[in-house]
Amino acid sequence: MAKAVKAAAKPGTRPAVPLEHGAVPWLLAVALATAGPHFGHLPWWLSALVGGALCWRAWLWQQRRQLPPRWTLALLVIGTIAAVGWQFRTLLGKDAGVALLVIFMALKPMEMNKRRDALVVIMLGYFLLLTHYLYSQSIPTGLWLLVAITLLTATLIRLHGGAQPVATVARHAGLLLAQALPFMLILYLLFPRVSGPLWGLPQDAYSGLSGLSDQMAPGSISRLVQSGAIAFRSRFVGDLPDQSDLYWRGPVFDDYDGLTWRTSKPPGKAPPQAPTIAAGSPPQAYTSILEAHNRRWLLALDVPTRLPPDSSLAPTLEALAREPVRVRSRFSFASSVAYRANVDETPAILQQALALPPRINPRSRALAAGWASRPPREIAAAALAMFHDEDFHYTLQPPLLGPNAMDDFLFDSRRGFCEHYASAFVFLMRAAGVPARVVAGYQGGELNPVDGYLNVRQSDAHAWAEIWIAGEGWLRFDPTVAVAPSRIEQGIVAALPAGESLPMVIRIDSDWLRELRNRWEAANNTWNQWVLGYNPQRQREVLSRFGWREPDWRSMTASLAVLCGVALLLVALWTLPRRRAVDPAQRAWQKYCAQLARRGISRVQWEGPVAFAHRVARERPELAALTGEAAALYAALRYGRSDQNAAGTLRLLQECIDRLPPRRRRNA
Amino acid sequence: MAAIASVQRWLFRLTPDRQSPIVLGQRRIFILPTRAGLLFATVLAVMLIGAINYNLSLGHALIFLLAGLAVVAMVHTFNNLFGLRLTPGRAAAVFSGDLAHFPLQLENTRRQSRRALDFAFAGQPVASFDLPAEGQATIAIAYATRRRGRLEPGRVTLSTRYPLGLFRAWSYPHPPWSCIVYPKPIRTPLPPASAAVHADHLQGDNGQEDFAGLRPRQISDPTRHIAWKAVARRPDEQPHLVKQFAGGAAEELWFDWSLTPPGRSEEERLSILAGWILGGDEQQARYGLSLPGRRIAPGQGDAHRANCLQALALHGESGESGG
Repeated sequence: MAKAVKAAAKPGTRPAVPLEHGAVPWLLAVALATAGPHFGHLPWWLSALVGGALCWRAWLWQQRRQLPPRWTLALLVIGTIAAVGWQFRTLLGKDAGVALLVIFMALKPMEMNKRRDALVVIMLGYFLLLTHYLYSQSIPTGLWLLVAITLLTATLIRLHGGAQPVATVARHAGLLLAQALPFMLILYLLFPRVSGPLWGLPQDAYSGLSGLSDQMAPGSISRLVQSGAIAFRSRFVGDLPDQSDLYWRGPVFDDYDGLTWRTSKPPGKAPPQAPTIAAGSPPQAYTSILEAHNRRWLLALDVPTRLPPDSSLAPTLEALAREPVRVRSRFSFASSVAYRANVDETPAILQQALALPPRINPRSRALAAGWASRPPREIAAAALAMFHDEDFHYTLQPPLLGPNAMDDFLFDSRRGFCEHYASAFVFLMRAAGVPARVVAGYQGGELNPVDGYLNVRQSDAHAWAEIWIAGEGWLRFDPTVAVAPSRIEQGIVAALPAGESLPMVIRIDSDWLRELRNRWEAANNTWNQWVLGYNPQRQREVLSRFGWREPDWRSMTASLAVLCGVALLLVALWTLPRRRAVDPAQRAWQKYCAQLARRGISRVQWEGPVAFAHRVARERPELAALTGEAAALYAALRYGRSDQNAAGTLRLLQECIDRLPPRRRRNA
Repeated sequence: MAAIASVQRWLFRLTPDRQSPIVLGQRRIFILPTRAGLLFATVLAVMLIGAINYNLSLGHALIFLLAGLAVVAMVHTFNNLFGLRLTPGRAAAVFSGDLAHFPLQLENTRRQSRRALDFAFAGQPVASFDLPAEGQATIAIAYATRRRGRLEPGRVTLSTRYPLGLFRAWSYPHPPWSCIVYPKPIRTPLPPASAAVHADHLQGDNGQEDFAGLRPRQISDPTRHIAWKAVARRPDEQPHLVKQFAGGAAEELWFDWSLTPPGRSEEERLSILAGWILGGDEQQARYGLSLPGRRIAPGQGDAHRANCLQALALHGESGESGG
């Protein structure tokens, strides 16, 4: 059954093990599985190069040809590295680094002659698997991890175990990974987490994060609305507030230059005055899981009365984190939807809330001047009535506006999105002498019945207005309601006319598709919280839920070691080869021979029973008869026909041991 | 140095194993990471730093899974040797310069196969074997012989890196093996036959020269004496007929130490004698061997040949019994 696989030629040195021909396709599959998913964000020429190199190597393998000489490979590597440097303008950083790793992965198989080279490919593959998570840590990526890691492990088994059926190798790899799983869980839960980054991240680390911008120009929110991506998820401890109360406050814009709204710089160096809030309704507690958007605002529900740690309430009432939110994070708030805020506002803020760029929009100014003598509430009502009664439209595709943007919008085009209405309203208020500002954020949200989270998407992005009235503080006015009331009550899909382009994910009509989407998003949410959001803080939370009061890294490492030791023991016991019971006949015969050995004649290991009996007869005649009998019995049991009375023969053999004469004692 | 040697003797049990079969228990299996294992650990460490720096939770999971995989691989590599039963056999004699093969019966009592078991004597070629689940196999471990005499190959290094190559487990089974290595034969013309008829040469002994008729075959008759033509005529007849020869005074050859060229070294003279023995055996001649201190009466056949060659192999070695 056994066959010699290889015999080294040169004794004395340990020669490098050559790579088996049959192992090459496994390694090419490894290269493809680990480099392939990067094709989506690599330059096209690089993907083509990688694919070409792997195909070339497969062809060489199939034709059993020589691999290309080293110097061509060296030229190829140097050339490609130069091209990568030219493409990315650097060789450092995330994208360029990944590109380099992919190149090595594609070209290393070209000089793969020894098993050592193949091991380098595998190690490179394990490393490349990690780099996928720089781009995506979603559930599909996680599943791909399992497939790829099984493939890599199976390839290692194939490299070290010789040719076996693919299914056998795959099953073995799966078994090893299944046994490794307990270690992963223990380490995942207990390995003391360090919150990164350990060093300054390259510039491109947070590219591609979407969310509200720190300024608002016509079109900026309607662009954001095109995305169905989730901005944050909230779960309320008690009942959900009314849909029309769900105003999630983002940046506040009070500086207008005629085109763009910005947040004004705080005047002077005096510390900003803390806002004063009088809650008019019981606070509602909730927890938000915020997607990373690389900004400081936390999108709390208007208006927050309790803030999470490491955050503060700005003078303009938005909750701000100390650092930009760069990873998905959990924040706990309590908010009151009815409130009076900053009744005694500082003059500097009020002054800023009245500032307008000079000379532009004369028609709007004239309109507002006509209202200026009325009380502020009536001025606001007049503006809203104009939006409601006259021919204004709510659309994602407004016409372009000229230098007098407000005049063009209010008197000519009359088509716009929430940012147009909010900015026009604030402009009119300021022109009429009422302090006013634009607030950006999200409005509404959709409850996912599967996990009870309210999903707020980028498509829920919104802009509204606030005016300040003496004795009442800041009051929210949403001019979009006057144009399209269904925007607030039912969401953007109901408010927009049919034919406006909106992401598919929020336009789902069919119930089962919606159900499917809800389940998928709930699964994602669980994944986000338990897998991706498992940071030092979450680790402390989880451990304290298990009754562990004050986990520090020492006790965590100690319990980690203990648990891993237990797991190792269990795996070892599980996989320990089970002993087969030794043949009782053999045991009896060995016992008999051992007894003889104590009497001075021992069987040599290759001596068969009959040959041994002959020798005993020659050398120790007094034991000849008994040994001959025992040998015959043993031979009959082991080599005789099986239909004989085996149990009786065995008993006779065992009796032979007892019948041995007592050992001669040496003279005492 | 002496202390290290004694530690090595204690740790690695450099004395031969007396019991049989040799069962590999945990006391005799050693395990250390390979170079690939150290590379793997380095890669994991770098990956961990990257995962911490970029806050990759899934990266943590990948690294922890790989770390668990390495631990599990260690157990499996150890188990690949653990409980293996080895029963040594006897090695057949070889000529110097050839490979001596030491047979070893492997017995796998567990339900998983054992793969990629590498066997080698120190500095000798490696032989790799797979053993099926609950299977047995007899393998032969090669030893390149260099000089005649009694070869004691010493301990075997039995090692494995299966399944992942991250760890190497090894053991030093040391069966009490020995093997006779004949001198490497040098072919020279045979010495002239001696005319003397020795007293122990019986008159009626069957010679090989003159055909004397056919008789039914007995088990002891060599196959080359079977009268194949007669068998072909009557294939069904049992037993076959053999040719009988008569040659009263068969020639006898004496391969005497003194007949070898005196100018050459002792080993070469032994090699020349070995060549003569092979030549005489091929001619089916009766030959005797005379060495200083040892004399083997003329005879014929495989046992006689082996006896003569063994006398050459052990010439001058202590423990050789004259006769």
